[in-house]
Amino acid sequence: MEQILTAVIPVLIIGIICAAVLVIASKLMAVKEDERFPAIRECLPGANCGACGFAGCDGYAKALCEKPGTKTNLCVPGADGVAKQLGEILGVECEDVVEQVAVVHCAGDCNKTQDKADYIGIETCAGAKLMFGGKGSCTYGCLGFGDCASVCPQDAICIENRIAHVDTRKCIGCGLCTKKCPNHIISLVPDVERVVVTCSNKDKGAVTRKVCSNGCIGCKKCEKVCPLGAIKVENNVAVIDYEKCTDCPDFGVCAKNCTTGCIILSDLSGVHRMK
Amino acid sequence: MTKLIIILLSAVFINNYVLSRFLGICPFLGVSKKLGSAAGMSLAVIFVMLMATAVTWPIQMYLLNPNNLGYLQTIVFILVIAALVQLVEIILKRYVPSLHKSLGVYLPLITTNCAVLGVTILNIDEGYTFVEAMINSLGSGLGFFLAMVMFSGVRSTIEGSDIPKSFQGLPITLIAAAITSLSFLGFGGVIENLFA
Repeated sequence: MEQILTAVIPVLIIGIICAAVLVIASKLMAVKEDERFPAIRECLPGANCGACGFAGCDGYAKALCEKPGTKTNLCVPGADGVAKQLGEILGVECEDVVEQVAVVHCAGDCNKTQDKADYIGIETCAGAKLMFGGKGSCTYGCLGFGDCASVCPQDAICIENRIAHVDTRKCIGCGLCTKKCPNHIISLVPDVERVVVTCSNKDKGAVTRKVCSNGCIGCKKCEKVCPLGAIKVENNVAVIDYEKCTDCPDFGVCAKNCTTGCIILSDLSGVHRMK
Repeated sequence: MTKLIIILLSAVFINNYVLSRFLGICPFLGVSKKLGSAAGMSLAVIFVMLMATAVTWPIQMYLLNPNNLGYLQTIVFILVIAALVQLVEIILKRYVPSLHKSLGVYLPLITTNCAVLGVTILNIDEGYTFVEAMINSLGSGLGFFLAMVMFSGVRSTIEGSDIPKSFQGLPITLIAAAITSLSFLGFGGVIENLFA
């Protein structure tokens, strides 16, 4: 008993001294935190999704406190409500948040494309991709194991006919799925837009055509009909520049003229394809 | 005086903490990607090593040894080092905010750095006097600095070169670390002969 005490007591005393010194030091040399910080942090959704470009909600709140120029409209999940509250706390004009939704740039479901092989292994997209680029004949498209669905904090992604679909009513635009997808075929687009290219195949037209009836063959028809010059065919696949694709005078002309139907009108009701 | 120089040089080159004793490998691999952060981390380590030795050596000699409590060495040292690092962080945050910001997360990370604990314990094991212990800590810190800065250079070279896919990332880093550590083997026996 005495042996234990002779060991415990000195350690205890050293511990207490250390603790006391630390407490006194932290009280004496406390750095004043911005009193707005807790209020700002309270406003933010706390999803820590990182869509604002800072390291979580704490990081964004800190940046708002310390750097006066930081925009209040960066929180995409919080949308206008949060931007307004932040503006009130910080006493600055609030700007409208551009809500974003995720879209899957692939529509090659099991009716449009074929398997080249069976995949028996770990049931993740990342795992399947390691094996000759996935089991589908198109190595650019959706792998269909739902890695995106597994990271989605809102359960907004479901796999239908082996293709990921985003429920735009549930999607908060955090962008976690865009980072998770091993083929990088999910991107965020402004919520007001309705035209989406549903193909990511970078092969030449003839090769694309062989593996998927939905694939973009790079015919550049959309490029020609777009009145705003917002569509460009890069690496044999059409890409829409959403900065330019606004207030289109002839809305939907690209989708109507698309040879293979890979440009579609996407709408908010969550029906991903409504050609 | 000669003994102090021998201690210093052997701590930097021969018994280099990272490359010969294999202590503090975690920051060696984790923070050596950029030269700036590697140097910042190493400076923080030098600072904490010196502080830790200045506190733990008297504790061992005047508190633990007279009371036959030498077996408490590890736990007491960890306790003291952790408290010390926290104290240093509070002080830096208050008085030198710029340094605090540039050290960033590395300062609290050092709390559990085995190189720091290793230095304090080896100082006791080697039977150094207080001055010798301080010199040894300085040398160990400088050795850490040298290894970190050197290795960050190695890594930036690796980044620019064409590496087979299966070796990319950590595997090639570990191989490079092994070769760098091998190169320090060449210093063995140099110091003794230098002052013989």
